[in-house]
Amino acid sequence: MGLKESLHNFKEKNKDKKWLPAFSAIHTFLYLPNETTHNGTHIKVADDLKRTMNTVIMAMVPCLIFGMFNAGYQHNIQVGEAQAAAGSFFSSEFWTMANFMIGFWKILPLVIVSYGVGLGIEFIFAIIKGHEVEEGYLVTGMLVPLIVPVDIPLWMLAVAVIFGVVIGKEVFGGTGMNILNPALTIRAFLFFAYPTWMSGDKVWVEGAVERTNEIVGGANLDAISGETILGSLAQGKEAGYEVMDMFLGFIPGSIGETSTLLILLGGLFLVFAKIGSWRIMLSSALGAIVMGLIFNQVVDSGWITESSKFYGLMSTTWWHHLLIGGFAFGTVFMATDPVTASQTNKGKWIYGFLVGFISILIRVFNPAYPEGVMLAILLMNVFAPTIDHYVVQGNVKQRMKRLKAKTA
Amino acid sequence: MSNDIRIKKGLDIKLKGEAEKTSEKAIVSNFYTLRPEDFHGVIPKLISKVGTKVKAGEPVFFDKSNETIKFTSPVSGEVLEISRGEKRKILAIKIQADKEQTYQDYGKFDVNAADSEAIKSHLLASGCWPFVKQRPYDVIANPDKAPKAIFISGYASAPLAADLDFTLQGKEAELQEAITALGKLTEGKVHVSVGKNGTSPLAGLTGVTLHNVSGPHPSGNVGTQINKIDPVNKGEVVWTVNPQDLVIIGELLLTGKFNAERIVALVGSSVEKPRYFVTKIGSEVATIVYDKGIAKDSHDRIISGNVLSGKQIKPDGHLDYYSNVISIIPEGDDYEFFGWNKPIFNKISTSRAFTFSWLTPKKAYDLNTNTNGEHRAFVTTGTYEEVFPLDIYPMQVLKACLYKDLDEMEALGMYEVAPEDFALTEFVCVSKQPHQKIIREGLDLMLKEIG
Repeated sequence: MGLKESLHNFKEKNKDKKWLPAFSAIHTFLYLPNETTHNGTHIKVADDLKRTMNTVIMAMVPCLIFGMFNAGYQHNIQVGEAQAAAGSFFSSEFWTMANFMIGFWKILPLVIVSYGVGLGIEFIFAIIKGHEVEEGYLVTGMLVPLIVPVDIPLWMLAVAVIFGVVIGKEVFGGTGMNILNPALTIRAFLFFAYPTWMSGDKVWVEGAVERTNEIVGGANLDAISGETILGSLAQGKEAGYEVMDMFLGFIPGSIGETSTLLILLGGLFLVFAKIGSWRIMLSSALGAIVMGLIFNQVVDSGWITESSKFYGLMSTTWWHHLLIGGFAFGTVFMATDPVTASQTNKGKWIYGFLVGFISILIRVFNPAYPEGVMLAILLMNVFAPTIDHYVVQGNVKQRMKRLKAKTA
Repeated sequence: MSNDIRIKKGLDIKLKGEAEKTSEKAIVSNFYTLRPEDFHGVIPKLISKVGTKVKAGEPVFFDKSNETIKFTSPVSGEVLEISRGEKRKILAIKIQADKEQTYQDYGKFDVNAADSEAIKSHLLASGCWPFVKQRPYDVIANPDKAPKAIFISGYASAPLAADLDFTLQGKEAELQEAITALGKLTEGKVHVSVGKNGTSPLAGLTGVTLHNVSGPHPSGNVGTQINKIDPVNKGEVVWTVNPQDLVIIGELLLTGKFNAERIVALVGSSVEKPRYFVTKIGSEVATIVYDKGIAKDSHDRIISGNVLSGKQIKPDGHLDYYSNVISIIPEGDDYEFFGWNKPIFNKISTSRAFTFSWLTPKKAYDLNTNTNGEHRAFVTTGTYEEVFPLDIYPMQVLKACLYKDLDEMEALGMYEVAPEDFALTEFVCVSKQPHQKIIREGLDLMLKEIG
């Protein structure tokens, strides 16, 4: 008897057991189920939610691998074990095994904790509520390690994942019902609960916090600077990196957010696969550009001076905003989450534009932390149903008008 | 006068097993079955009992809520069995056919001289009324409420649909008679749609407003055409009739006989030689499906109707009252190793998520009944809109039906839709939600609460 038959018999035998959803989750992971249609359409498209989610994960894998190399590279460059790899994506200074192994052993545990804890909660809720394990967490679980600093302690991540999945998603009814993007809820929790591990100039490079502690303890070592470009700009300093490096991703930052190139390729793939919404991605970029141009105009007109604490970020050339920080990653992978974004096509334009617009606004004016993508997307998540409401009301009004024209 | 309707949003599902354009006479069925469930919302009151002899066209039961609507026997014979389900609900009325068919004579009817009341009562008495359906609610038309227009789609765009240009050939006289009669029942127009590149017998009729339809499915759905031509507003009613049923109505008016004969396509990838049969409403499908069709013990699904909206029937089941196609496709109750993430070439998909049907838009597929995934909450957005040409937000309507908000259902356009309009969105649904069932239950709720 093959594996297929034994699994089938096991399922049939335990049909009424409470824990069956847990088994089914693994079973359907191995085999597309034998479920057939009833009345209604007798045939169905090839896609299911697992395939959709899997496609998004595939689009993020290059960012993950790049993040592993980059984590090691940023560390090694600071401790003087690597040369700067400016200008070329295929630089031999960057793609080294030494870089990769540092990142790999740092990031793999984050991925394992994220999936282990998150899926564990999903399984528990599925069993309690007696429904199948839904696939929503597959993408969230991959997003989470990509949007945290590399040195984040694993227990913090675990606590945040529990909070994000339970409060951000399950209390609303699980996958498809949540208001806020779960991955961003997790990040926001970390950000507000453990700000010292989520912001500042220490956390963005592997080993920076540890080194600082050693120095404080009396060790005679060079400090590792873990400053991001946004951090430098917010303090009125130079960015300190070439534009090409920003685009390719050889800069400090959250694990998966640095390489705009790979994010762009992932985004194009999602648009091509018809999984990601090009409307949201495009309008979000437009929104950011408009806000960037407005700030540039403010600086050009001399309304603020160099002494202003906003001068550094306001004077940043408008299109650089698309390359630095988490903007690209947030736009492509987080703002496009179909559950929490606007659901109507017209609404997506408005929603996306405001995500981009507000991202840059918060980025410039946030006194504590020079980044705004997370907060902008969470804010727009809250407003997305309102946007949809007005778009749908437009359709309703047209119908009413038609009726009035008839009866008049 | 003719107008063009071009549909852009939609999806042509190309399947193997299209019917060859030859028709033959099906073996005469010994038993015929009327199933009240074919007439949605009708509560049957029996006229005949077990053992009653009926002629073809003689009423067998009527609608409890509107006693003038009568349902007649497709053949002459003896009522053999009335099977009942829970709470004595009538499931089926089985009639054993006579060797020699006799018809109830309703007499030749002079349509031109008759007024609308006379036509209406003639159609009601002769059992032709159930062919006339209405929107809102997609049920048999209420004869007491005049429609603002009548819609007839002579273009079939559903997968493996019977080609109406072929099945209606030579029926011009009957079609014209039926249209003239129906035209007198409305103050408005009779809208007839035909395929833009076809040669439909409907195109030459008088007394109609002709529309040329082009574009992918659901361009042939009458619901799509209503939405583009003259959408239903609150308080309004339109009627729809299938063209193959016009033939029966027309013949009744011309000859006085209710002739339940119908040309039915036998299609689907499981069928050895897909082709057309001349048969009668309510025949046993066994008289059709085994002749160069499928093997006796094959593991296939037999569907009375098309693969998107038809009803599953057993091999000993019967052709339903409205269908003009029997589709047979393989059952898909098997597991597929890593079926959710491996690249897919042999199934249709509207995405390009490692699915490759976009590379071969002209290829005909052999799809089975597997759901290709499990039932989930609504997650993805924008996919329905791509295949939904009506000026309605499909997901929002579906959700309104699920949470039973009558005001919202009304505002979002439920008066305009029928379950079949949501067949394509159901087909493409990644979350495998039963859209047509949701809409049917929504319409039933509105009918009950608002009326």
